[in-house]
Amino acid sequence: MAPRTLFEKVWDDHTVLVRDDGQTLLYVGRHLAHDGSYHAFDFLKARKMKVRRPDLTYATPDHGVSTATHDLASITDPEQLEVVRALTANSAEHGVMLFDLDDDRQGIVHVVGPEQGITLPGLVMTCGDSHTSTHGALGALAFGVGASDVYHVLATQTTWQKKPKAMRITVEGKRPAGVTAKDIILAIIGKIGTNGGNGHVIEYAGSTIRSLSIEERLTVCNMSIEAGARAGMIAPDDTTFAYIEGRPFAPKGADWKRSVDYWKTLPSDSGATFAREVALDAAALAPMVTWGTSPEDVAAVTDVVPDPARETDADRRAAMQSNLEYMGLKPGTPLSQVPIDRVFIGSCTNARIEDLRAAAKIAKLGKVKVPSWVVPGSSLVKKQAEQEGLDQVFRKAGFEWRESGCSMCVGMNGDVVAPGQRCASTSNRNFRGRQGRGSRTHLMSPEMAAASALAGRIADVRDYLKRV
Amino acid sequence: MEPFRRHTAIAVPYDQPNVDTDQIIPARFLRRKRSSGFASFLFHDLRQDEQGRENPDFILNKPAYRKAGILVADNTFGSGSSREQAAWSLVDYGIRSVVASSFGDIFYNNSFKNGLLPVRLADDIVRGLRAQLHATPGSQMTIDLEEQVVIGPKGDRYPFEIEPFRKRCLMLALDDIGITLEYEKQIAAFEQTYKGRRPWVAR
Repeated sequence: MAPRTLFEKVWDDHTVLVRDDGQTLLYVGRHLAHDGSYHAFDFLKARKMKVRRPDLTYATPDHGVSTATHDLASITDPEQLEVVRALTANSAEHGVMLFDLDDDRQGIVHVVGPEQGITLPGLVMTCGDSHTSTHGALGALAFGVGASDVYHVLATQTTWQKKPKAMRITVEGKRPAGVTAKDIILAIIGKIGTNGGNGHVIEYAGSTIRSLSIEERLTVCNMSIEAGARAGMIAPDDTTFAYIEGRPFAPKGADWKRSVDYWKTLPSDSGATFAREVALDAAALAPMVTWGTSPEDVAAVTDVVPDPARETDADRRAAMQSNLEYMGLKPGTPLSQVPIDRVFIGSCTNARIEDLRAAAKIAKLGKVKVPSWVVPGSSLVKKQAEQEGLDQVFRKAGFEWRESGCSMCVGMNGDVVAPGQRCASTSNRNFRGRQGRGSRTHLMSPEMAAASALAGRIADVRDYLKRV
Repeated sequence: MEPFRRHTAIAVPYDQPNVDTDQIIPARFLRRKRSSGFASFLFHDLRQDEQGRENPDFILNKPAYRKAGILVADNTFGSGSSREQAAWSLVDYGIRSVVASSFGDIFYNNSFKNGLLPVRLADDIVRGLRAQLHATPGSQMTIDLEEQVVIGPKGDRYPFEIEPFRKRCLMLALDDIGITLEYEKQIAAFEQTYKGRRPWVAR
């Protein structure tokens, strides 16, 4: 057999059939559902269909849940309440495993999947959310899909896909202090652009990627969608196996050995070809922060707000001017002098325990100058953090310690940034209005966000790391 | 979903590159029932100010474009969130086709499930079409799916590529699930071998 990439191996293993026109029907190994999957369940109901394989779908409410408390009564928006309730009802009706609001296993679906051992190497996975790319960190091929495709997966356990192309991004070099997985992925997006991965599955490779913990890899793969890719993946290795072993829905006993033997065959063969190759030097990176309204609008924290006048293309120049106007930023302003109004540490990108530990290390050094939130990625992450006393560190520094959910990353549950306010955020999108109408978002790592909370402006975490 | 064969309509030029789906429909409207209609949410926060007043500068609010049925964008239209409501809001408004030099992959895929045809044309062609539309506001274009050609406001013709499967589904308004169920035998057979090969996957 010709040498194959990681992605091709997983693809081939799940191919039910290939039509003459190239469309492939892929089997979905495991599917994740959340409160937003409600439209898909409605479509199923309208057609009087059942979930074909309820044992392959796992559900948890995240987008619409309140992060003040996990009581349903705290969800004040009747539409959100209905949708969160519908997930409970639909899961019961169809026999889907649910981690509901009163369950410690509840959380942001992309945090819960890996945490519970639902996400496994070599699986094709889907979820009705673009950040499904996160699960590729363990070597799964995970596609974010829309409501019609969720419905299709529920009804048939399959998905029609056109085979994407393979792209490899190789990151080499030792990360300088203060440079996190978030900075690596932001730098990649800055380099290839938000359309750079269009039509591709990105495989992240190289010594720097190998050296990342699983939680760091999850952060990298999470933002593959912000690079325009269909999915992001990292070859499973001993770090992966050690992470998975013993998790509730991971293989056990004889299955464990058998699965690891299989997973070890998944890394791309030497000689496998990629449609596109990109290289990045991690040693040359600095902590990153976005200045515009797209994740590709990113720079080192030591840089200044760029000047549209230097953009040669007229359309691009106009767009940049308009974006800077929206952001309320003047060209030439040092990014580290931009004052902020609030801080959000959370989301499927950066709300796992390692993220909270890193942020807490900085939080210890002072008091917040602006309203600052920490929203753990799952109820288990919250519990773990509390066992480690991180909640006390955050509270002492003036942070608000919340319940888990998507919260201010998408603002659907009412956790929003006020119009015109500027938020230092560990989430994944700085789109206009993403965190609430008129909100201004600066994306950064958890330690950068914590440093910014203490400074009341965008801060360079390295100034604080010296004091840790 | 409505079948799509040939669509002639007023075309609106939308100059902004990188239109993410949060722009097309803000998150707070996503929980409405599909049957309730999504037209009023299309570009909601750009079309209206916080008091609900129309923004007269927004292009879809200009008299020439109010009845637009085609949108000519720039690059990376529909990036970001997988919300299918972006496609719903466009078709419910009456826009049956978006022409751009590139699309967000998930948006592109979602469009076909809703009778919305995304057409990829080269960057310079897309720019040229927008310039023509700006010069003669309210002019019409035609998207002929059968012939796979976009006919510009001046009658110039631009062929486009589309996968045969998607084309057929759109022209006949076929729904994926109906097609997939025809392959039930293959799915069931695959399921059996998969269970043998990867016994740890099922619960």
